[in-house]
Amino acid sequence: MSVDLQTVKRVAHLARIAVSEEDAERMTGELNAILGFVEQLNEVDVTGVEPMTSVTPMEMKKRQDAVTDGNKAADIVANAPATDENFFLVPKVVE
Amino acid sequence: MSDLTHLTISEARAKLRGKEISAAEITEAYLAAIERANPVLNAYVTVTADKARDMAKASDAKLAKGEGGALEGIPLGIKDLFATEGIHTQACSHVLDGFEPRYESTVTSNLWADGAVMLGKLNMDEFAMGSSNETSYYGPVINPWRRSRVDTVVMPTTHQGDGGFVSAGGTKTARTLDNAQLVPGGSSGGSASSVAAFLCAGATATDTGGSIRQPAAFTGTVGIKPTYGRCSRRGIVAFASSLDQAGPIARDVRDAAILLKSMASVDPKDTTSVDRPVPDYEAAIGKPIKGMKVGIPKEYRVDGMPEDIEALWQKGIAWLKDAGAEIVDISLPHTKYALPAYYIVAPAEASSNLARYDGVRYGLRVPGKDIIDMYEKTRAAGFGREVKRRIMIGTYVLSAGYYDAYYLQAQKVRTLIKRDFENVFAAGVDVILTPATPSAAFGIADEDMASDPVKMYLNDIFTVTVNMAGLPGISVPAGLDGKGLPLGLQLIGRPFDEETLFQTANVIEQAAGKFQPEKWW
Repeated sequence: MSVDLQTVKRVAHLARIAVSEEDAERMTGELNAILGFVEQLNEVDVTGVEPMTSVTPMEMKKRQDAVTDGNKAADIVANAPATDENFFLVPKVVE
Repeated sequence: MSDLTHLTISEARAKLRGKEISAAEITEAYLAAIERANPVLNAYVTVTADKARDMAKASDAKLAKGEGGALEGIPLGIKDLFATEGIHTQACSHVLDGFEPRYESTVTSNLWADGAVMLGKLNMDEFAMGSSNETSYYGPVINPWRRSRVDTVVMPTTHQGDGGFVSAGGTKTARTLDNAQLVPGGSSGGSASSVAAFLCAGATATDTGGSIRQPAAFTGTVGIKPTYGRCSRRGIVAFASSLDQAGPIARDVRDAAILLKSMASVDPKDTTSVDRPVPDYEAAIGKPIKGMKVGIPKEYRVDGMPEDIEALWQKGIAWLKDAGAEIVDISLPHTKYALPAYYIVAPAEASSNLARYDGVRYGLRVPGKDIIDMYEKTRAAGFGREVKRRIMIGTYVLSAGYYDAYYLQAQKVRTLIKRDFENVFAAGVDVILTPATPSAAFGIADEDMASDPVKMYLNDIFTVTVNMAGLPGISVPAGLDGKGLPLGLQLIGRPFDEETLFQTANVIEQAAGKFQPEKWW
């Protein structure tokens, strides 16, 4: 399988990365080189093989459903580019 | 007094405990070395001199009372991927501009609890994506190793006319360092370069496809990627969560064992951290390997591999055999599929993990006409080319209609890769010996690698299988190639059997000796 310019632009939008016409053209070539390389996986017979979900056999750890942390609003917004009274500020999303 | 920066961790530990040296002295020695070398090598992106001095002072107070932890007063460098409270943590990406976390990673917390001193944050490939440290927003790291040319100098011959005599012109050889700058490997290039150039006693690193072992091999240092789940991933900037593991880069096998003991822990804050006590890895060093079964996988003999590497592998086999190990030929039939499967699984996980960099909660924000435009502009400006490439691949293989063909197929192949190893271990093999990398360190801005991303990816051909199977792997320096550059051998062990790796790596180290670059910087 290979990607065309339109697909690259669509994927870039899905990934929320602005691309120029020139970027998209370069990426098309690069992505096709990588997709060409991974193509060889199709040779492998995977009949009856389960996809890996965990590399080490382990049960999901559970913890007590109790509050162990919190009251750190100032810490949480400390690195944000724009805040107001412990809220993150974003451009208007609702008209 | 000999240079304090040249002490190994075990030597420094003994001298600190014996009060022959102080933590302040050794810390000052490293800070001075960094000040001199860093403008050339670019291994550190931030030096925390004041913090280092404070920590050293606290260590000296403890040592004076005969107290102190396993790493009391030992100065370390920390890869920029680890969250360090109030200190530059950017995974060497522009998108995390100015980020100073309000918490500390579990691995670094463990190191500070054991008394280690932080010298600063180390350069790396952006978000740990790269094999040369050239994708860093902060520029490439330089390898302290350089190629050397062996010149045969012919002594002058003198003719004295007809019937005269001819003086016997002998030859002599001279080694000259080449000026070309080489990469230290990646993604933990700053860690490897700083350890090899004596700019820290040891360093933290991380390994998703080879990012500890490949740079260790390129710089003549020891690097171990422990079993998945051995070190907590809490506070390590995520790249591919099912593959990422932290580990140390150190100057010798013993130092790597000392560091891993402190870094590893059982952490309730990481659900994939495994509930097993951390053994005393150092105790494994020096134990004989007589009777141990060492597997040699035929699939690691790849086309175009330099003769030096094949010869080194044979030497490694001979050393282990001489030490009493039994050498057996083994087959890991799905080896060649590990790298292509990795280039689906890792980008898929990365595209998901890196979705959080949206210009809202931390780091860079580039304004836009609406929120989507702001996201797109922020991410376009914040991520470098390689990171964008991987996010794009990941987004594509996870998108509707392609998930089964790519992602599901890759995860099935991953099961087969792991099964190959399980079969070999079930047949009684204790440890597997392979080359660590398919070449020695290459040049900065290598044209072949720059023109084809897949060429760069092939650096990880011998290391990536280990991440796909979640196993522990260690790279240990084993010799120099014809141009005087270090080469490493890799040992792969059973899950949570890091002790066998240290035990066996020590045998290789004893036979091969240690390697250090000629100082030019």
